[in-house]
Amino acid sequence: MPEFLQFLFSGLTIGAIYALVALGFTLIYNASDVINFAQGEFVMLGGMVTFFAAAAGVPLPLAALLAIVVAVAVGLLLHRFAIEPARGASAVTLIIITIGASILLRGVAAVVFDKNFHSFPPFAGTTPWNVGGATILPQSVIVLLGAGIIVVAMWALMSMTLIGKAMVATAANKLAAQLTGINTRAIIGLSFAVSAAIGAIGGILVTPITLTSYDVGTLLALKGFAAAMLGGMGHPFGAVVGGLIVGLLESFGAGYISSAYKDAIAFIVILAVLFFMPNGLFGKASAERV
Amino acid sequence: MMAALLQSRYGIVLLIAAGIVLIPLVTPSTFYLRVAILVYIFSIAVVGLNLLMGFAGQVSLGHAGFFGIGAYAVAVGPTHFGIPSWASLLIGVALAGLIAYVVGRPILKLRGHYLAVATLGMGILIAMVFTNEARFTGGPDGMPVPRLVLFDWVVRGVTTWYWVSGVSLVIAAAIAVNLIASPTGRALRAIHDSETASHVLGIDVARYKLVVFVISAVYAAVAGAYLALFDALVTPVTAGFLRSIEFVTMAVLGGLGSILGSVVGAAVLVVLPQMLTVFHDYEHIALGAIMIVFMIFLPAGIVPSLGRLFGRKFS
Repeated sequence: MPEFLQFLFSGLTIGAIYALVALGFTLIYNASDVINFAQGEFVMLGGMVTFFAAAAGVPLPLAALLAIVVAVAVGLLLHRFAIEPARGASAVTLIIITIGASILLRGVAAVVFDKNFHSFPPFAGTTPWNVGGATILPQSVIVLLGAGIIVVAMWALMSMTLIGKAMVATAANKLAAQLTGINTRAIIGLSFAVSAAIGAIGGILVTPITLTSYDVGTLLALKGFAAAMLGGMGHPFGAVVGGLIVGLLESFGAGYISSAYKDAIAFIVILAVLFFMPNGLFGKASAERV
Repeated sequence: MMAALLQSRYGIVLLIAAGIVLIPLVTPSTFYLRVAILVYIFSIAVVGLNLLMGFAGQVSLGHAGFFGIGAYAVAVGPTHFGIPSWASLLIGVALAGLIAYVVGRPILKLRGHYLAVATLGMGILIAMVFTNEARFTGGPDGMPVPRLVLFDWVVRGVTTWYWVSGVSLVIAAAIAVNLIASPTGRALRAIHDSETASHVLGIDVARYKLVVFVISAVYAAVAGAYLALFDALVTPVTAGFLRSIEFVTMAVLGGLGSILGSVVGAAVLVVLPQMLTVFHDYEHIALGAIMIVFMIFLPAGIVPSLGRLFGRKFS
């Protein structure tokens, strides 16, 4: 039982980060139909900027805030100078652009920062708690709380504010949204900004546990993408559930079956789910128009 | 004359062949031939992937898996089972085709991004086997690959590999061009335009998608075996996820639906990093920036976009 709890905690912690990446994917996809493979770089920026700002003497909370600002700025620049000029290009062309952006950002991070692993102290101390025989790090609880707050905040944004409703409308039908007077260009830009902020917060929260380096983004983008597809593309709730499932599968797979094949277990389950539910867990089937 | 040649079915193949014959005449050193060999080998894989992506409109983020099967076949076969390299190559290619056939049916039912994630998972599963079954594959460090021997002829040396890979690319391109012009090719293009409409017209959509998936897997496996034999070394990076992304990027950058584009895309992504090494630390920044700029200004890919610019259609 302690073992089970231990795997559960670590699975939920890493799953929460995948969920945030998947949520970021979903936001940008809904607004602009772009699969943003640079999504993991926002997580990397969150951790790296915080570390280097803190190392330069900035207090940790301010350093974290600065990291979010930097990530948002990068998100807006990505939209303005890489996505916007390619408007009307095919989905696969846009994907290659985001892959290019991801390589570019990794290169910039390697030059501006360095190629080492970094971490900063956990926000609430390092004394682990004992829950039912399993140890849980205070930072894990902070990751889960942080991810939970972001999810609730996103839900509130989407359903209670005018801007959020404009985002939903843009996702549902861009032309119709434009006709009702919504500035869809600004909404798409906003989606990139919010998505970048979510990624950066994820990076800041998880760095004390998993460390960060200039190249952590690729794998996170991969897992986040898989999680988003598992949940059903374009479905925010599905993205969060998908992220948690991928995290739990990895953790339990590594613990009970084989740590070398932990990623395999996650992908086998994803393949199995897609085999029976070709639109993911929560996605709706769409008919092709001829 | 030139224009008429390019319009004909084999014009593109002849153009590629001419390039392969001319390059050794103008290159100052074997270093350039080595780079050219890599371009030809990658081109073979990308031409196959382009049949799947550019003509049938199906994405695959897992083709490095098939590439890896070809590569590891020529390493594991001779080393552990005493099978000659050439036979191992054939077995590897057949195995890649068989795996594509078996997983293709369920996977190809998926559409768009769901197909992307499913092929991604498949590729990662295959790469993981190479990393973890160290008893046979040498694990993360990889393993040496014995030389290819054909009837007492040891295939070695840069010049030999230049012609082996070059001639293979011409054959691969010729087969691809023929396939596109065949009824199968027309069916694939119809599927690309609309699966539902093709289905209504009586095209067996599932079967054609499976056929082209298997063909593209075979292309990738041949290329993988060549790379392993040429490098005399194979590591899990050969089959890794980033390699799959590289293939897709080459196909899209060069131009989906353009056989010449596949070669151009492979050439750009093989040659560019070699040139960019002069920038040292700024290499990745330059590569990423160039990819973005190319895709913004040539959104249909280098060859089709330039072709449109000059009012000529290259296929």
